[in-house]
Amino acid sequence: MAGGGDDAPRGRDEAIVAARFARAHRWRRAEIAFWLAAFATLLVLPRQALIGNEIAIIALFALSLDLILGYAGIVSLGHAAFFGLGAYAAGLLARHVNADPLLGLAVGAAAAGLLGFATSALVLRGADLTRLMVTLGVALLLSEIANRAAALTGGADGLQGVVMAPLFGRFAFDLTGRTAFAYSLTVTFLLFLLARRIVHSPFGASLRAIRDNRLRAAAIGVPVTRRLVAIYTIAATYAGVAGALLAQTTQFVSLDVLAFDRSADVLLMLVIGGAGWLYGGPVGALVFKVAQEVFSGLTPQYWHFWIGLALVVLVLVRRDRLAALARDAVAALVDFRGTRAARGAGSRSVPP
Amino acid sequence: MLTILFDGVAYGMLLFVLAVGLSVTLGLMNFVNLAHGAFAMAGGYVTVLLMSRFGVPFLACLPLAFLAAALLGAVLERTLYRRLYDRPHLDHVLFSIGLVFMAVAATDYAMGSQQQNIRLPSWLSGRLDVMGVGIGRYRAFLIATCGVLVVALQFVLSRTRFGVRLRAAVDDRRVARGLGIPVDRVFAVTFAVGSGLAGLGGAMGAEILGLDPTFPLKFMIYFLIVVTVGGTAGLVGPFVAALVLGIADVAGKYYVPSLGAFVIYTLMIAILLVRPQGLFARAR
Repeated sequence: MAGGGDDAPRGRDEAIVAARFARAHRWRRAEIAFWLAAFATLLVLPRQALIGNEIAIIALFALSLDLILGYAGIVSLGHAAFFGLGAYAAGLLARHVNADPLLGLAVGAAAAGLLGFATSALVLRGADLTRLMVTLGVALLLSEIANRAAALTGGADGLQGVVMAPLFGRFAFDLTGRTAFAYSLTVTFLLFLLARRIVHSPFGASLRAIRDNRLRAAAIGVPVTRRLVAIYTIAATYAGVAGALLAQTTQFVSLDVLAFDRSADVLLMLVIGGAGWLYGGPVGALVFKVAQEVFSGLTPQYWHFWIGLALVVLVLVRRDRLAALARDAVAALVDFRGTRAARGAGSRSVPP
Repeated sequence: MLTILFDGVAYGMLLFVLAVGLSVTLGLMNFVNLAHGAFAMAGGYVTVLLMSRFGVPFLACLPLAFLAAALLGAVLERTLYRRLYDRPHLDHVLFSIGLVFMAVAATDYAMGSQQQNIRLPSWLSGRLDVMGVGIGRYRAFLIATCGVLVVALQFVLSRTRFGVRLRAAVDDRRVARGLGIPVDRVFAVTFAVGSGLAGLGGAMGAEILGLDPTFPLKFMIYFLIVVTVGGTAGLVGPFVAALVLGIADVAGKYYVPSLGAFVIYTLMIAILLVRPQGLFARAR
């Protein structure tokens, strides 16, 4: 509101804004601890590498959904389309052309990103329901194609015979899954850093403005369409990388990478962890996978019953309230000792 | 050729009966109920149980399937659904997906995962030959029953007091409430009837669509297509959409089986791209 006047106040406003962005972008201790713990599991729990690998991959997948759902407010029921396309692209490349993992990641990402860019026009139109239908339709369409093009994809039998070359020519993907886990976790971490950069940038702020009120965002000059296309493409690329990681580390691609269950599961993970929060995806993925291990150990066939129950309960007790509770708890942890003093000083230096 | 058209019409009519409740739910309360298929499945399984365990004749099962699904719908609406009307769509989606997952797993647990068969009475099975066109008796029965239902629904909606209130509530919920229309009660009744119709459709469709625990997931997209393409403005839109979908699906599976459901999904996306509000929506 303080816009007009001479140059000096405006310069100060800009400084304040820049300081705000910088503060939001600063690393908190809990974050550092989170990632240290994640990488420590590589050494501490080598036997759990296979499941760790899966968690790292679905964490990345959930993060990618968070980018569009949590930050831009686009509800999608077909996010598995990008995951599956990335998986098939990487799998097919490794099988027929080149087995280098990094090249496969790039190809999976590019394929999914292109699809995201091409379909972004579809999600820009219409209300929530139309979006749900269109995203769901795109995923079903891809799954139908993968099922029918059995000569290429293996159809219902899945794509077999994917053999990856060693990473950097040195680290082979072995049965213990340790290379796979380290690989997936590193890729996820790097992309997380990028996502963190994105959401704390002015670009990310404009996305949140669009999510909260599209009309007002447009009125203050945010190029709504371009921003949504951009974030949708980025999220699709992320999902493609996650899919490629799964194809490479399990050396197999089956039709269920495109299934509706996968889109629904990732939505649940994100909701458990809290949407609109970068750690929502990773935390949700961790909780989800551990819960899945426990429950499917009890009754493998009926595991989906418990997911369903969790969803219903989450919605009925208001997921936003739960998420806020969790965030407050984390904030309290972060504020524990020194940080609070630092923040107090920081806010005092900024005039009201 | 005509046989395919006939089968398509029967299929489309069935889809309409299955989906019409969803269309009203969406139009009235703007509630995205992905669990609509679960009510249809409930109707189907009620019929299977009644017929195989208690030897109830098929025709007597149909109204019972309707009642069971309607009761289930009424109970769930009063206890759970109504709390969520004012929430964002994401909550609707999560909640109803949760219900679907629970329904699928619970049915699997209780009834097993195999396909269920309904033994039709002998006068409904087999084919008639009318002027060189082979007509399945059961499909003729479907068309007749659904046709009567469509006319009855249209009559209720356009000629009765309840129908007037319902249409007023769909048009503008707030003004309708201001005029003293008990929108909540109208909605509860409509939800129950919609669920009941889904149950009836599930019972009648078990023979054609198949019935197993994944039914709500398998046909979710079909119901949604009927509703989104047809719009929520009245019965005519969903009815036409259901007929087109039924005919296109049957014809597509017959003439170009290799394409599968491809045609339908593409068509849906294309239509929604051109007309996001559905083919028959009024301009607002």
